[in-house]
Amino acid sequence: MISIENISKWYGDFQVLTDCTTHVGKGEVVVVCGPSGSGKSTLIKCVNGLEPVQQGRILVEDADVTAKGTNLTRLRSRIGMVFQHFELYPHMSVRENLCLGQQKVLVRSRDEANAKAEALISRVGLLPHIEKFPGQLSGGQQQRVAISRALAMDPIAMLFDEPTSALDPEMINEVLDVMVELAQDGMTMMVVTHEMGFARKVADRVVFMDAGRVVEDRATEEFFGNPESERAQDFLSKILNH
Amino acid sequence: MGDFDLSVIWNNLPFLWQGLQLSLWLTLLAVIGGIILGTGLALMRLSGIMPLALAAAGYVNLIRSVPLILVIFWFYFLVPLALGRPIGGFYSALIAFVMFEAAYYSEIIRAGIQSVRKGQVHAGQATGLSYWQIQRYVVLPQAFRNMIPILVTQGIILFQDTSLVFVVSLRDFMTASSIVARTEGRLAEMYIFAALVYFTICFAGSLFVRRLQKAKTA
Amino acid sequence: MNYNWNWGVLFEGEYLGWLISGVGWTFAVALAAWVLALAVGVLVGVGRTLPSKPVATLCTAYVELFRNVPLLVQLFLWYFVMPEIVPDDLGRWMKRDMPNPEYVTAVIGLGLYTASRVAEQVRAGINAVGPGLTSAAYANGFSTAQTYRYVLLPISFRLIVPPMTSEFLTIFKNSSLALTIGLLELTAQSQQIAEYTFQGFEAFTAATVIYVVIALGATVIAQTLEKYTRIPGYVGKD
Repeated sequence: MISIENISKWYGDFQVLTDCTTHVGKGEVVVVCGPSGSGKSTLIKCVNGLEPVQQGRILVEDADVTAKGTNLTRLRSRIGMVFQHFELYPHMSVRENLCLGQQKVLVRSRDEANAKAEALISRVGLLPHIEKFPGQLSGGQQQRVAISRALAMDPIAMLFDEPTSALDPEMINEVLDVMVELAQDGMTMMVVTHEMGFARKVADRVVFMDAGRVVEDRATEEFFGNPESERAQDFLSKILNH
Repeated sequence: MGDFDLSVIWNNLPFLWQGLQLSLWLTLLAVIGGIILGTGLALMRLSGIMPLALAAAGYVNLIRSVPLILVIFWFYFLVPLALGRPIGGFYSALIAFVMFEAAYYSEIIRAGIQSVRKGQVHAGQATGLSYWQIQRYVVLPQAFRNMIPILVTQGIILFQDTSLVFVVSLRDFMTASSIVARTEGRLAEMYIFAALVYFTICFAGSLFVRRLQKAKTA
Repeated sequence: MNYNWNWGVLFEGEYLGWLISGVGWTFAVALAAWVLALAVGVLVGVGRTLPSKPVATLCTAYVELFRNVPLLVQLFLWYFVMPEIVPDDLGRWMKRDMPNPEYVTAVIGLGLYTASRVAEQVRAGINAVGPGLTSAAYANGFSTAQTYRYVLLPISFRLIVPPMTSEFLTIFKNSSLALTIGLLELTAQSQQIAEYTFQGFEAFTAATVIYVVIALGATVIAQTLEKYTRIPGYVGKD
């Protein structure tokens, strides 16, 4: 469904991505991990064209994200994205956050959008908070709202950019639980995260990045069982040995 | 000295009040017009479309280099010439103020737009909203909320600026005070009174701004 | 639109002379007022940050007073009202014998008004240095005066170069208000040429171009100044 083919990207003279290739099949969950600054967040933002790439191409279903004539807004409306800092619209209530895209992009009626919003928000257990503003919610609650906002668009795939790294530790699980459930429902997901427990539980494959390159791209058990590269071994020992 | 005659103020109160109303109307309409035009200029500068951005930047920098009085003279001269008929001092002045203030408002609004986190634009893009939808529903509402105190401050400055229509004898509060001052021969009373009125309004305005800022940070 | 163009009018001896004299007065008012504004503005701005409550209050009052009354009203107060409310002898001297009263009034009025704006910039600059460095200076055993002299002022003056440039430009623009008390500076001269010749377009264009050149010049000077005063690696608080 998502296929990333040999992409490279520069910020001015600085190369952030070098010849990266990977793919996410329909219904697959792929976790992208690696040390900070390895380019994993940049990579995932390239998938829906938030960051342009200079070389290589990215296909989502049959649409080429990197081609000039592609209707990016249409393509983006079909892929949900969840951000590290939630990026809920602070001037809108939870309900309005969930309805804006539905009404303005998918041109759903107000009733239809509201019904969808209420259904999704009760699934993450936040129905009593639906009229509140993001600033009145905890970080974990905000991120669950953000996931619901993305799901409201009926996406064919979901991108997660470090969804738990801005959260206090006690709130991480409530967000991961939602994501696990989503994975078990068969959602296609690409997830940048350091949560290795989550990766072990639901990921089909793990992509390990370092210094802008894809160093390993393997099935989950293999990756955790015996990582090939020294850098991945090193990374895993640092992150797991607590 | 020592014989301050306050009755001159009392006797001319209706005339002065008319002047003050004109000042307030001019301020209100120029603030509205200036913000609308200023938003347009700011969006042009940030649109990434070179000719639009350059035109807006050129306009803003030009207007910000010249004194308001000169701009007022320009429009008093240009507006009747362009329309082929006189349209009255008030409208010429209003157009001059809108055109002038728009340049200042556009800089404020541009900074306000840039103060909205980039992630918010990303979030809008990720849901498939178009450029204009993102500006309309996500960026501008947040930008304006952040900017309200500065916009009000600029409104207070504009209110003070309206006194400059004195140079074309439009009867605002300043001109009215000056007319009374001269015809009654009471310069000291009238100009001190004018200063007090302006001070009271502007100081009250700045206290209001301070409350807005406190409310924002709280 | 019916209009007879005649750019030549600007170069006729008489009118060219008016323009040049106008530019001269604009500079004379703006520069002298700037010196006054800097002197008073720095004192008032520093005063607002001092630990002494009465001094700070007094300086705050100065800023609020001068900022909340239109410059035009202030000029009229200095020009028309001041001679009436000072002791009689002085008032008489101001009305009859003071040399060049329009100019002196414009400089004082514009200077003291701009001082309130300069004071705000100075205060903001000092506050931007932050309490950490102030504590460090006191911990070193510096007195308040020494803390300002060696730490706060040298840093804050560099920080406020950009906003001060904008104030410097504003004083040129605001010097046009001197025409309301009869000083024939640049804007007044262009208006006068427009009235005499009916060539408003040419006259106002000339004035506009000159103001733009002044603005560009000031910007260039400011950028140079900024380059030479920049502290390597220091960008202020945050």
